[in-house]
Amino acid sequence: MGLDVTWAVKWLTLSAQAMAEHRVELIELDRAIGDSDHGENMDRGFQAVLDKLAETPPETPGAALKLTAMALMSKVGGAAGPLYGTAFLRAATTLGDAAYIDAASLAAALAAARDGIVARGKAETGDKTMVDAWTPAVDAAAAAAADGDTLAVLIAAAEAAEAGAMATDPLVARKGRASYLGERSAGHRDPGAASSALILRAAAGAAA
Amino acid sequence: MTVRIVVVSHSDKIADGAVELAAQMAPDVMMVPAGGTSDGRIGTSMEKVMAALETAAGADGVVVLTDLGSAVMTAESAMEFAEGSGTVLLADAPIIEGLVAAAVAAQGGASVHAVRRAAEATHGYPAPRPKAENYAAAATAGKEPGTQTAAGQAAGEPEPLAPDASGDFELVNLAGMHARPAAKLAGGLSALDADVTVNGVDGASMTGLMTLGAGKGSVLHVEAYGPDAERAVEYVAGLVRDGFGEP
Repeated sequence: MGLDVTWAVKWLTLSAQAMAEHRVELIELDRAIGDSDHGENMDRGFQAVLDKLAETPPETPGAALKLTAMALMSKVGGAAGPLYGTAFLRAATTLGDAAYIDAASLAAALAAARDGIVARGKAETGDKTMVDAWTPAVDAAAAAAADGDTLAVLIAAAEAAEAGAMATDPLVARKGRASYLGERSAGHRDPGAASSALILRAAAGAAA
Repeated sequence: MTVRIVVVSHSDKIADGAVELAAQMAPDVMMVPAGGTSDGRIGTSMEKVMAALETAAGADGVVVLTDLGSAVMTAESAMEFAEGSGTVLLADAPIIEGLVAAAVAAQGGASVHAVRRAAEATHGYPAPRPKAENYAAAATAGKEPGTQTAAGQAAGEPEPLAPDASGDFELVNLAGMHARPAAKLAGGLSALDADVTVNGVDGASMTGLMTLGAGKGSVLHVEAYGPDAERAVEYVAGLVRDGFGEP
């Protein structure tokens, strides 16, 4: 057993809900250090994901994530589109046609997603980007995967991502538009790290 | 057929306009704009870029020009999605100057790598003197054993090599070295297997050539290195002699 396509669809649905609920919060975070479109973009992107899921219901978790990648890349518009798009695409590629995801392949898919974000955005840990949420999440997921419990992996990832996002508050941005602000970017949470934590929390919520 | 070009911009007007501009100098090159989001806002769209890549896909390859940050990421993502559909190269170049230079090079029949090189040369840095080791391989493949030895000995030494071919040509057209001649010159030179300097700037760089500010009566001093060095000098000679086809 393990996580199936029902989980994947629920994850994406909960992610869309989270983006809608936190739209204003993400806009506020992005207004402080970016161009205040992150909440808007993510909300629109995940609404497009919901449309696609309704249009062509996927048969495997991998297919659901691939469809998500395409929708986000097409509809988000800002840098978050290709970054999340690449993350979901790489995760989908790792999962392949499998009908069920076990703890080990879940951890591997999360790592592939993070690697995709790093490859696309060229950001490193500590640059005050979504990588600062993803890397702790990937590490926590890998550690939790040893016990073989997918829910435990997702909870560990979500908690680590939330802690990682909070830890971006004091950082000075070195990538993306926030880096133009230099020292003034400190004291604000990175919006991409915040939305990443929401998405990983939704993944855990869908498995509970 | 020629190399084809995809232009990715945050604005559909910029992408369309850039293509329109470049098409004046390269009427036979297929250029596909992919600007703005699918719903007409400012941004880049994976869907649009993928559709453009599909339209442009061809045997001779595709060069992609982009504007700001996330356009690069969208283009890279689209290339990752569309993998396996022929050679697609992303050029790191200013979108307008790069596109014009790339289009002119493609019009001249340059290979996909040469077209990208033409685009990237528009950064406008003066060409560094080619180092001996760059041409050690070329010399080995060359016909003159003498050159081969000379190149081999020079490898690793700081001294620059003497050019393989050179020449001085006086500009005869009224307007001198303006945009169109610079595009012709850079486009043709970037299609050749040679490093060429014109009065010290990179001959494959359209913007570099324009910074020379060379008017009618100015003399272009050309130095060329590499297997196509002689052809490169002849190419410049021919264009200058004909006044770039202008009065």
